[in-house]
Amino acid sequence: MKPNPLRLSGLEPLVITPESNFVNVGERTNVTGSRRFLNLIKNKEYETALEVALDQVRGGAQILDVNLDEGMLDSAAEMTNFLNLIASEPEIARIPIMIDSSKWEVIVAGLKCLQGKGVVNSISLKDGEKEFLKRAKIIRRFGAAVIAMAFDEDGQADSYERRIEIAERSYHLLVEEAGFDQSDIIIDPNIFPVATGMEEHRRNALDYFLAAKWIRENLPGAHVIGGVSNVSFSFRGNNPVREAMHSAFLYHAIKHGMDMGIVNPTQLEVYDNIPEELLTHVEDVLLDRRDDATERLLEIAEKYRGTGQVKEKENEAWREEDVEKRLSHALIKGITDYVEDDAEEARQKYGSPLQVIEGPLMDGMNTVGDLFGEGKMFLPQVVKSARVMKQAVAYLTPFLEEEKLGNEESGNQPKVLLATVKGDVHDIGKNIVSVVLSCNSYEIIDLGVMVPTEKILDEAEKHQVDMIGLSGLITPSLDEMVGVAEAMNKRGMNIPLLIGGATTSRIHTAVKIDPVYDGPVVHVLDASRAVSVGNDVLSEDRRDKKKEAIKQEYAKLREEHEGRTKRKKLLSFEEAKSNKVQLDWENTDIKTPNKTGVHTLEEIDIEEIRKFIDWSPFFRTWMLTGKYPAILDDETVGEQARELFDDANALIDSISEKKGLTLKAVYGLFPAVSKGESVSIFDPENDQKVLETFQFLRQQTQKRRGQNNSSLADYIAPEGSGKLDYFGAFAVTAGHGIEQILDTYRKENDDYNSILIKAVADRLAEALAEFLHYKVRTEFWGYDPAEKFDNERFIREDYTGIRPAPGYPACPDHTEKRKLFDLLNVEENIGISLTESFAMYPASSVSGFYFAHPEADYFSVGKIGKDQVEDYAKRKNWPTQEIEKWLKPNLGYDSNI
Amino acid sequence: MGTMIQRHKLTEDDFRGDRFKDWKVELKGNNDMLSLTQPKIIQDIHELYLEVGADILETNTFSGTSIAQADYAMEDFVYELNYESAKLARAAADTFTKKNPEKPRFVAGSIGPTNKTASISPDVSRPEYRAITFDQLAEAFKEQARGLLDGGVDAILIETIIDTLNAKAALFGIMELFEETGKEVPLMISGTITDNSGRTLSGQTVEAFLISLSHAPLMSIGFNCAFGAKQLKPYVDLLSRSTNLFVSAYPNAGLPNEFGDYDQGPDTMRKEVKTYLDDGLVNILGGCCGTTPEHIKEMADMAANYKPRSVHKVEAA
Repeated sequence: MKPNPLRLSGLEPLVITPESNFVNVGERTNVTGSRRFLNLIKNKEYETALEVALDQVRGGAQILDVNLDEGMLDSAAEMTNFLNLIASEPEIARIPIMIDSSKWEVIVAGLKCLQGKGVVNSISLKDGEKEFLKRAKIIRRFGAAVIAMAFDEDGQADSYERRIEIAERSYHLLVEEAGFDQSDIIIDPNIFPVATGMEEHRRNALDYFLAAKWIRENLPGAHVIGGVSNVSFSFRGNNPVREAMHSAFLYHAIKHGMDMGIVNPTQLEVYDNIPEELLTHVEDVLLDRRDDATERLLEIAEKYRGTGQVKEKENEAWREEDVEKRLSHALIKGITDYVEDDAEEARQKYGSPLQVIEGPLMDGMNTVGDLFGEGKMFLPQVVKSARVMKQAVAYLTPFLEEEKLGNEESGNQPKVLLATVKGDVHDIGKNIVSVVLSCNSYEIIDLGVMVPTEKILDEAEKHQVDMIGLSGLITPSLDEMVGVAEAMNKRGMNIPLLIGGATTSRIHTAVKIDPVYDGPVVHVLDASRAVSVGNDVLSEDRRDKKKEAIKQEYAKLREEHEGRTKRKKLLSFEEAKSNKVQLDWENTDIKTPNKTGVHTLEEIDIEEIRKFIDWSPFFRTWMLTGKYPAILDDETVGEQARELFDDANALIDSISEKKGLTLKAVYGLFPAVSKGESVSIFDPENDQKVLETFQFLRQQTQKRRGQNNSSLADYIAPEGSGKLDYFGAFAVTAGHGIEQILDTYRKENDDYNSILIKAVADRLAEALAEFLHYKVRTEFWGYDPAEKFDNERFIREDYTGIRPAPGYPACPDHTEKRKLFDLLNVEENIGISLTESFAMYPASSVSGFYFAHPEADYFSVGKIGKDQVEDYAKRKNWPTQEIEKWLKPNLGYDSNI
Repeated sequence: MGTMIQRHKLTEDDFRGDRFKDWKVELKGNNDMLSLTQPKIIQDIHELYLEVGADILETNTFSGTSIAQADYAMEDFVYELNYESAKLARAAADTFTKKNPEKPRFVAGSIGPTNKTASISPDVSRPEYRAITFDQLAEAFKEQARGLLDGGVDAILIETIIDTLNAKAALFGIMELFEETGKEVPLMISGTITDNSGRTLSGQTVEAFLISLSHAPLMSIGFNCAFGAKQLKPYVDLLSRSTNLFVSAYPNAGLPNEFGDYDQGPDTMRKEVKTYLDDGLVNILGGCCGTTPEHIKEMADMAANYKPRSVHKVEAA
């Protein structure tokens, strides 16, 4: 009898027939499987979490698995929230949802949010037949399909017989007792690891295959599903072997009747591309074809491990290949050892340096670009590949000139101009984009940092570039970018403008930049998107369509944004003030600092500081997601992370030994009182003499009951409280000496180490700030002398007091940094200067304020009203318009500037 | 029903009747309440339709949930209103069946969509927010269905569905009720396509809509409202090809004019509906906004000459 199709729906139908191809379930929106997604949910970054879902849909997922089971989360509430959010995104809501939870209440909460017909993942006979049927009937009443896991009162099915026994029992209960349509039943017969060395695991894969076959032949209509990555669990860290196992497993499982799978498509090798030897050994294990199958696979597995440079040296067999293959190998593996020899050999063979570049070198880089695009290479590898390319090209360049080819404009490569805008010194992200684009046949004109608008435009015209990419990290750069876009329009330019960097966003691009430029403007979320965006906006076939689509998308965003801001009601400044943070000053013991006034720390030992490094952001810079130290053992990126971590530590060793970077710090502690949102500080020698008054802002958004409208000034004892309080400020830098080191790398065409040292210096500056704060708490101020060193706790900010930085959410006005710098005489004491946008140079620097009150906490000022801006302007004695310019991202009203 | 009630040009006092003459809020517009305050008017309307040949009557309960009645502070009367409305229609239908047992008449209890949606946020700045939950909807629909069932309806019709999740909540509540009471009646479903994208207000295509509700033991599925017969036809056609349930359609009398009134005459509407019959698309036919007994008469007379759509086994797509 021909079974019914399984019919599911989101906004659109999904019909799965016996003839359908394998159905791919998107698995990244799963907090148990993706640390990144977990963090997004924990931090309530739902917009980005939705992008994860969207990526799955765009990547071809036909069903979206959503799992929010985590001890720290209110999983049922998060499920409701996330599914409701998905419902508002038609592109995601298009496909059916799979509600994935081991908690029944979470499943029910999810079912109440689905207008379409989804899938419950899963129920089982673990808690007995009665509970199973009760749940099955409720699921049916909600109109969802169901996954029954092969699990019963005696535990999880781990043999062929148990698998089919439980499958059969579950199926009949669902059909006969719970009234399920046969085709709405999906059986998960459990995928378990193989090649574990345990005798009882030998048949794990084979039993799954046979069970799948039995189910499809004996339980009419039923479907078979499984989570594939389990099977290769014992080869964690060896991705090539894992990928081969996944695809071989799928190949056989599908042949046996598995028709749905929870699979990470980026972790699959193409079955036909698996080397024959590896495939044979893998299939020996999966199909349990030999007694020694596991040992034999283990023996060869190391050989296929994605090898780094060190290991590669041990295996020099590739040196025997012809020169094209050697160049390609060196590019993909990032090996620079032989690049000049090989380039020379190729030059002689081809007779022209240009042909070498456009031939084997470009071919190799294209392969790298493809592998990166498919998620088969990671960013650090790509940067190393680019280093090989650059060194090869550098070697060939003198011959090129010799040939007097004259026409330096090398043909049809698209040209991109990249720049960090005026007033901003941050360029790690921009440099990564530069490398990624150059790997994909783009010619890069990189103008560096702090580039004025006029220069960007002049150079763009001079080089006749095809597009411009702007980068920036601090908030004033947002305005600079708007200025560049306006100027481009004035000059009648029409080339695509790409926007990127930490403070940039799709919404800012849509609302502020897109309307002032008639050409296409695109916000690029991270470096990995740069290539696809670039290709889209430059492709002759697609560019008009793409431009149209983006303009429309941004127009829609603007509309939504307008609707949103109109609805957001702010309190009046007076109302906000009356809901300030009330602290019990009478019963607060204020510790007089052991050292007051301004002090400088020199001769800081890097070995002391490196203990304070928070490594997680370092990996994020390299687009490797995960938390340190767990990331080092991560299934997907662990190997890359370890290699990168080793490189970074080797670099710190060398900096430490050669004193390549000089670390400097300055801090000051002063008597202080607050008044409203102002904090006045006094000369420690004469507490009548006001040295400086810092101005802060107060939250003005509507608060829930019991929550305050905070201002940092609330954490300092107010005038008239009868108490004299204290307040501190600091600045640190790890950037002195970096220019010389960068110069060397530049000469060696070594982008990898350039980016690496900048990322390391950033980490050292943050670690130095952490170190200094620790010293201030325990010694210099000494309000918490008993505190012990514990970097884990520091990373969680689990200590008394805070150190907010001007320009960041709690005190978003960058211009107060000027006062901080003057007070501590930062420029003279430790040599950091401020740009016109108040960015610090050297870039690897940190500055901020100290608040010691035990209740002091970080918050975000958010949107503020015109009443507060006018008050603030009066306090600073600046024109309101000038204040509005600097606080633009915080204005909760239309400022007409 | 609504169209016919409008013809009476009832005043606030008429809506209140004796029983609610001192009610705290305005009642004009609460058509459902007329089953309690002006039962004669409702009964007459039912009879007008029966006289021209209608086989199925809808009860006067389109807004008979506690959620919709909250606008009139009349949540406490929800059971009574549904019960009495069902009785009114039941009595009218029974009288006509008795007169001509060859042509039995049936009563379908009408359940409208309520004025709140479970899968759409009313606040663009809070897409995760919902004005109503699944549980609240299921509870309210269950209460309404209980009144209808006790009042003796032959079937329950969940109609003018703009958000499939609301309809799923209704089915959930009704299935619970069936289980509790041990009493079951056939279920009929009728969705509304809101514009030419061919989707419901909550964004579903015709096929997705069908799949999302197919878990319930349905007798029929179809569309009503929003369009005239001509504009609705492609979607009825698609539905008819996709399901082996009975298919229903009761479009509006054309598209509304600039004053929001429907002015397609019975003759024109009959011509448009005729194509449904020629193509064998439907089993159940009728009219929604703007249709009068005259419209229904035209359709009933014409349909008498046709065989209903044959319910065939739909092959896997």
